[in-house]
Amino acid sequence: MRHFLSLFIHEIRMLLVAPATYVAAVLFLLLMGFLYLFLLEDFSRVPQDSLPSTAFFSVFWLPVFFMVPLLTMKSIAEERNSGTLETLMTTSASPFEVVLSKFLGAYCFYCFLWGVTISFPLIVHATLPASSIDPRLLDMASWTGGYLFVALSGVLYIALGIFCSSLTRSQLVAGMLSFSLLFMIIIGGRLLAELPLLEISSFQFLNEPIKTLQVFSQLEDFSRGIIDSRPFFLYISSGFLFLGLTSLWVEAKA
Amino acid sequence: MSQMIPTIEVQNLCKQYGATKAIENISFSVMPGEVVGFLGPNGAGKSTTMRILCGLMAGTSGRVSICGVPVATRAHEAKRHIGYMPENNPLPRDMRVLEYLRYRARLKEVPGKIRNKRVDEVMDLCDINRKTRHKLIGSLSKGYRQRVGIADAILAEPELVIMDEPTIGLDPHQIRSIRALIDSLRGKMTLLFSSHILPEVEASCDRVIIINQGRIVAEGTTASLREIFGLHSTYTLSVKAPRSAFMLAVDAIDPQKIIQSESMDADGFLRFTIRTGLAESFGEAMSEAIRQHPEWCLRELSLKQPNLEDIFVAATARSWEQTLENSENLNKENDEAFSQLIHS
Repeated sequence: MRHFLSLFIHEIRMLLVAPATYVAAVLFLLLMGFLYLFLLEDFSRVPQDSLPSTAFFSVFWLPVFFMVPLLTMKSIAEERNSGTLETLMTTSASPFEVVLSKFLGAYCFYCFLWGVTISFPLIVHATLPASSIDPRLLDMASWTGGYLFVALSGVLYIALGIFCSSLTRSQLVAGMLSFSLLFMIIIGGRLLAELPLLEISSFQFLNEPIKTLQVFSQLEDFSRGIIDSRPFFLYISSGFLFLGLTSLWVEAKA
Repeated sequence: MSQMIPTIEVQNLCKQYGATKAIENISFSVMPGEVVGFLGPNGAGKSTTMRILCGLMAGTSGRVSICGVPVATRAHEAKRHIGYMPENNPLPRDMRVLEYLRYRARLKEVPGKIRNKRVDEVMDLCDINRKTRHKLIGSLSKGYRQRVGIADAILAEPELVIMDEPTIGLDPHQIRSIRALIDSLRGKMTLLFSSHILPEVEASCDRVIIINQGRIVAEGTTASLREIFGLHSTYTLSVKAPRSAFMLAVDAIDPQKIIQSESMDADGFLRFTIRTGLAESFGEAMSEAIRQHPEWCLRELSLKQPNLEDIFVAATARSWEQTLENSENLNKENDEAFSQLIHS
């Protein structure tokens, strides 16, 4: 892993000079800012049982669908298309180091952007008079749980995006593939749970695995401050599985 | 005395894509310090062979070692001995020259203490240190981009530098400067490069390997290949002398010669084009014979030796003929087998 640091610094530098990064960042922050604003308006009109942070994280899939493809689609596809992947692979850097550096570059930026959203409740807290602020606005357990889930699920989503980028030379195809797979993972679990097939006794054994794949129920638990170890295992292991597959693919098709 | 380890050793290398044989059982070796030209028509298997040498793809069978390190099993170690410049020289457009070379130096494990010095050295060597060091690679001309590619290939002072078409798409001035750059590397490292510009290869290389349809069809120095392919030298002679006496003198020097053309100009000078197998010695003997006859007047005596282009054409044409012959024999065998099957 002696080349990892050089590759990682290079990735961060390339992310910072790429216009697509800023487009993704602006779109993300605009979208999340507006969502938070609408949510607060909603909360101020009708008193609700749930926390504002829980409602804020319940729409986490919306930015994931466009952010992850935008951040990852160019990572390997562009290098393969321009031929720079070939020159990279002629050095003694291993394919896993290359893939891991690309993953961590995108992952850090993804986490950083989500991290910026903590400024939304802080701005509200700082600008509104103290008397009008609901103490639930800054419920730290909920915010921490929500961010922890976003960071955890991000391991799988970003790894999946990098994997899609390694399969093709076209950034567009990589982005579309990444979007489709993310849709299947995030929405597919909920759709599977609603299948009438699961009511048949011979398919009952699928109930438990499908329950484990329920992204939204995991998110709900995390944003209530309930931390379960199973999602940790699921997201980290599947994320690294995709990174491993990507390394094998890069090595075979450099 | 210990035996010298070849920088490149390829034994019975094959590469197949499905049913298509890209490389068919090729073997060759390159010794340290040699400058070798790797020639062949488009699609002959040059780039595939180079990519296998660099550990970018695996061969179907055979053995490749770089400085004694087998590429198939110890690719990471073998890569430390190689500097590779791929065809079309892909470079990141958004990076500055200095920034890119420093990044590549870190990846190529150039020690931190000498890294900046080494980057400056290669930039000086490739003449990209003054105007271009802080320019974006995307804004450079093709010639300068090639220089950046070569600087990258030689950055870690590898034992072997492999360059795939380093002069492709360059104008004659740029080709000359790249040639001078390659010449400056002679003796410092082993060089293997492919090119379609044969006079450049002839001028720069100690040896050439010609590959066609995935097979090596010729290997050696230009002089040895000239002999192998039976390509004779041609002399052009313009002399004022009695024809019969002159022909006797020519016959005495080389009875096997062939007079390709003969004419007489308005001044009474005889002009001959003579094909001979004697090369330089024919010219020396001819000028000596003319000197012995003070009444003869010599106006021109020039030698035209077959160049690498003639050798390349002869070698590739021969391999195509052999392939055609083989396929005809195969068709014949198939026809015979088919007719036997019908009769039985």
